[in-house]
Amino acid sequence: MSTPATMPVIERGTATSRIAAMAVAIIITLLAIAPQLLSAGAVDRMTALFIYVILAAMWNALAGFGGLVSVGQQVFFGLGAYFAIRLADAGLNPFLALFASGIVVGVVSIPLSLFMLRLRNGEFAIGMWVIAALTHLLVNLDRLVQGETGTSLISLNVYDAGTRRATIYWLALASMTALLAILFGLLRGSTGAAIRAIRDNEDAAASVGVRVTGTKRLLFVLAAFGIGIAGALWLATSITFQPKTYFNVQWTAYMIFMVLVGGIGTFEGAILGALAFFLIETWFGGTGVWYLVGLGATAVLFSLFLPRGLWGTIEERFGLRLLPVGYRVRLAAASADDDAMPSPQQTTMHQEKA
Amino acid sequence: MSNQIIQGILLGGYYALIACGLSFMFSVMRIINLAHGSLAVFAAYALWLLASRFHVSPFAGLLIVLPLMAAIGWALQRFLLERSARGGALLPILTTFGLAIVIDNLLFEQFGADTRSLAPYIGSLSYDSWEWPGNIYVGKLAVIMFATAVVLLGGLQLFLTRTRLGRSIRATSEDPDTAGLVGVDARRANAIAAAIAMVTVGLAGAFLGMRATFDPYAGAPQLLFAFEAAVIGGAGSLWGTLIGGIVLALAQTLGAQVHPQGFLIGGHAVFLVVLFVRLSASGLGVRGLLRLGRTS
Repeated sequence: MSTPATMPVIERGTATSRIAAMAVAIIITLLAIAPQLLSAGAVDRMTALFIYVILAAMWNALAGFGGLVSVGQQVFFGLGAYFAIRLADAGLNPFLALFASGIVVGVVSIPLSLFMLRLRNGEFAIGMWVIAALTHLLVNLDRLVQGETGTSLISLNVYDAGTRRATIYWLALASMTALLAILFGLLRGSTGAAIRAIRDNEDAAASVGVRVTGTKRLLFVLAAFGIGIAGALWLATSITFQPKTYFNVQWTAYMIFMVLVGGIGTFEGAILGALAFFLIETWFGGTGVWYLVGLGATAVLFSLFLPRGLWGTIEERFGLRLLPVGYRVRLAAASADDDAMPSPQQTTMHQEKA
Repeated sequence: MSNQIIQGILLGGYYALIACGLSFMFSVMRIINLAHGSLAVFAAYALWLLASRFHVSPFAGLLIVLPLMAAIGWALQRFLLERSARGGALLPILTTFGLAIVIDNLLFEQFGADTRSLAPYIGSLSYDSWEWPGNIYVGKLAVIMFATAVVLLGGLQLFLTRTRLGRSIRATSEDPDTAGLVGVDARRANAIAAAIAMVTVGLAGAFLGMRATFDPYAGAPQLLFAFEAAVIGGAGSLWGTLIGGIVLALAQTLGAQVHPQGFLIGGHAVFLVVLFVRLSASGLGVRGLLRLGRTS
């Protein structure tokens, strides 16, 4: 790389990203008033989409940024629903119980992290799966749940269907926005630099004084909390709780699919992946088994041929950043260029720094 | 009680069979194959198809299925794992997980949700037993299974230490680049190792089908059992896998005594306890619990 005489410019955003930030604000406002305009079915589907975005973003936080691929994240999804049932049964307002449940899941994940974060790569991945399987069996033992028969969030029935639907929609939208904002803040702040250093090379990061375990624990607990909320919200939309459905590994399969397709390790990628998954489910979900075969096959193909996912590839090719969490270095010589058409050199640079 | 202990030990043979392929592949290629269990179930279905459609006994069917599994292992390494391993340590987890979903659902599409078993095709072997002193009955199948595990583990050990090919596989697992310098073809060694691992998976699938029932989604629990047995057995030698399998099976047997649902809970619990002890004993940053180490 040539060294230009002039100082390079370090930027946190681009013109595109400033437009994107405004677009995000507009989209969220539109989504907030949407239930007035949409049909009941559409509101339910949108709620599902918000939950998918949470799942994708949280799994991406763990795998894409923390380098921790877990195949057992369904444990937090199931626990989120289970604790919501338990708290509501204890007399807590059901809507409050959804969030209290997320917090309980987050707290539970702290001692778990002490243990599991010592495992590496594949061992962590299956180790989490074992935890999920064991938790599923233990939840089945709870008399309230009645084994695989399951139970329901009965106390939600005091609200009429319309209020319930709209409230859950807004709760899901608010949770999604808040969790994405937390993640975004985390990645842009000083922790973000540590997270990206760990993602790129854990040993090197540790050698320059990055608190590897602490940072990973933060991501692990955040992911547990977020996925717990997602599980509780899913319970609120479907009312019934059958352990088999919630502790099913398919939830992790969906998360992996969304993140792999969208772009692992990119903030926008997880959202794009959730959107893609939502559309695929809407169009092909009815085809049953072939739909699942297709999901698996797509995941395999992406991991082999497009491991950076759709967004990662777009970003690489066009140097586009909508919601920048990193820094980009613009060499003074190239600064005259249009933002939308960065030189290859620039692209490489920002990729390194991102 | 001693009866249950003996049954438990013999069941450990099955877990050792299914675990040895997983830890073998991990120690050579540093890849945990998440499709491991699904491939075992695939082999069981292949044997079931041969038996039910073409009246081939499952034992004769192995002559067809094991070479098929070897070919699958070779292709798996060449076309999927080799490429995906280049993208780092995390990518193969995702690739093999996706593969497991594809296999499970294709099996479901092809064979439906019914549970199957190979037991009807092996005659009286599925229920025959020997009476041992002390009024203990041991199933012939369970003994055959255990003996197969011992022979297989011993054979693998001999293969790795005594043959040229085995030594080149070990060299590759130690350091692929240096092995390359002294003329070992790492790609070939890895592909052969994957083929061998899949042959053990095929055997495990056969015994899964003979001793119990299976359905298209039975792969996930098999993967967990394999992983647990391998981790409990720990680093050291292939024989550790046998011990791991026995410990896992005994814990499950004990769990089943305590509570009707305790079979699986007991297994998972002992796995976590062993994991906890090993992690606290070795301090932070254990690298490769599954690694067989310098396979002596």
